Amino acid sequence: MTGSLLITGGRVIDPASGGDGQADVLVRDGVIEAVGTGLVDNEAVRFDATGAIVAPGFIDMHVHLREPGIEHAETIETGARAAAAGGFTTICCMPNTSPVNDSATVTSYIVQRAREVACVNVLPIGAITKGSLGAELASIGSMREAGIVAISDDGRPVMNARVMRRAMELARVLNIPVIDHCEDLDLSAGGDMHEGAESVRLGLRGIPAASEDVMVARDLLLAELTGARFHVAHLSTTRSMAMVAFAKVHGVRVSCEVTPHHFALTDHELETYDSNFKMKPPLRCQHDAEAVIQGIVDGVVDAIATDHAPHAGSEKMQEFERCPFGITGLETALGLALSELVHKDRIPLMRLVQLFTTGPANILNLNRGTLAVGAPADITIFDLRTEWAYDVQQSYSKSRNSPFHGRRFRGAPLATIVGGEIVWNRE
Amino acid sequence: MSSGLLDIESLDRSEIEAILARAHFFQPAQGETFRRLDALRGKMIVNLFFEASTRTRVSFEIAAKRLGAETVSIAAQGSSVSKGESLVDTLNTLVAMRPNAIVMRHESSGAPRFLARHLRIPIVNAGDGTHEHPTQALLDARTILDQRPTLEGLRVAIIGDIAHSRVARSNVHLLSKFGAEIVLCGPPSLLPHEFEQLAPGVRLAYEMTEAIRDADVIMMLRVQLERQHEAPMSAGEYFRFYGLRLEHLASAKPDVLVMHPGPINRGRELSSEVADSQRSVILNQVENGIAVRMAVLERILNPS
Repeated sequence: MTGSLLITGGRVIDPASGGDGQADVLVRDGVIEAVGTGLVDNEAVRFDATGAIVAPGFIDMHVHLREPGIEHAETIETGARAAAAGGFTTICCMPNTSPVNDSATVTSYIVQRAREVACVNVLPIGAITKGSLGAELASIGSMREAGIVAISDDGRPVMNARVMRRAMELARVLNIPVIDHCEDLDLSAGGDMHEGAESVRLGLRGIPAASEDVMVARDLLLAELTGARFHVAHLSTTRSMAMVAFAKVHGVRVSCEVTPHHFALTDHELETYDSNFKMKPPLRCQHDAEAVIQGIVDGVVDAIATDHAPHAGSEKMQEFERCPFGITGLETALGLALSELVHKDRIPLMRLVQLFTTGPANILNLNRGTLAVGAPADITIFDLRTEWAYDVQQSYSKSRNSPFHGRRFRGAPLATIVGGEIVWNRE
Repeated sequence: MSSGLLDIESLDRSEIEAILARAHFFQPAQGETFRRLDALRGKMIVNLFFEASTRTRVSFEIAAKRLGAETVSIAAQGSSVSKGESLVDTLNTLVAMRPNAIVMRHESSGAPRFLARHLRIPIVNAGDGTHEHPTQALLDARTILDQRPTLEGLRVAIIGDIAHSRVARSNVHLLSKFGAEIVLCGPPSLLPHEFEQLAPGVRLAYEMTEAIRDADVIMMLRVQLERQHEAPMSAGEYFRFYGLRLEHLASAKPDVLVMHPGPINRGRELSSEVADSQRSVILNQVENGIAVRMAVLERILNPS
């Protein structure tokens, strides 16, 4: 974008520099030109951010955009708009489309399509194995050249440890992280919710915490063996958190993300058999939800990611055990993080912004998530006091599968700026 | 229970007592058949069975007819379900024909609760997956109370495939609300330890002798092979360690009642000798099913 934008009077929080104070931000030609007080540019479009927080653009490193192939549930265009409405300027899309993003052709299609229709940055994640079938490595090097930022067989995790080892060896050389949805499919087979007192009560088959933990353990060992960067997707259990903390202390190159639903909800929500509470990993027990928050507090957690997983209404309007896993999350992430983490005084605002910006940027090696002069002008403006309720019928997503319909929040995204352009504005 | 009967867990003790008392009223005198009443004349009840069932479906039908209601029974095989129609659409279609209540059995846990959120018609849960089977627990309680003055303080052993049993869950909730002592027993893979937290008064045992000691009631459960995704142990081994045989009864109370929700599997969960013994009240359970379901249907469709 050419031209300039002057954001005035806001509280600028930039974890990359540690800065937190009132300042103006001047953007020119799509990059940050200056951050400081009393900035003047008479030609610039002005945005009055008085009373608001001005932060680097939020990055969601885990979304499902369903394009190509499953466009009735979401498209790159609609998913990007939902992202913008949630305050995200960059989203990373998982490869479980149809076809699977396991080749440079599909990667290029996504990159090209995003350039045409997406109002935020869309960075593809490539499959680890062909078709995400777990057997043969995908064309990882070619996909890397076409623009992937990481590899993952999210949702269909690589069960064969030898295949995972080979993938990690390659990823290390290509300097991209391996993101694993850690789930032992044999242990979780047939399960629909977290295994525990609630699954017993409801008569639903359980997914034990151990199905996540054994895979986190395996991958940590393989990461140590190979020297690869290993990223745990949507970490949800007490033991996995402890293992990641332990591995970090011992020098393993590991990072992890958690989702808002895993720290805001527990398996007690399932008693209505509402499939909008059905996702993988499942909502865990109170103890695990607390461990997730503690991991955020202690600094073990590197990023908050939504695992935005749209499904058409007909798919979610079925008997619980027939419904697919996954919920949407882009538009509610900031509201949930503010209410569960900041307003409850678990973490300071700086840490929250870090989890949405430098956290994921460092994992993926992006030159984003910062307000440094010269960086892309991706900016998220939000506040801490707007009272609002989430109305899923007004969602920009094509799908409506959110458990947070009607939930009230304090603090909301106000404007989302991508490459210097205001792509979404609350007004 | 304005909206029907979905489970035992959410009922309170007085509601259960009222149903059991009314069921007692409906029980026929020795040697007689059920009276024919017209309390539900003009009402239409749809029995919608998505899972094979003979005794429960027939029991509900007879109960409805004894109260003067009309019934239509539908087995899901051969219905629109097999043509790919969703459950909600199937139910909406039926509801558009204006029945007064739907009695439903479904293989998915929570299906009746899911439907109750979307439909405005009373639903009676005739068994949902591995969740609950409320009328079974009510008829079991009626059967025990025909022989004992109270449920309070009784020691009830429930033995078998607990994990997959909706009968066990409903019975645990009901018995616990009345202060019974409940011992659940089965092989470890069929008895997750979390069952201890299901309701107050529950403890677990993994050996028959321990479970049966001083029991007032022994409830045997059917091995639900159709719900098990892996065999926990061979049939022979199962019967050896968890099958009820005459010699076991010695350690129970002398007047112990042996119950089974049926259909019984002789030589698999209990021996023929036990099934036919004086201690068995299995056929009383079947008979009480009608009186209890009459009470439930009347309460839902004709609340006094």
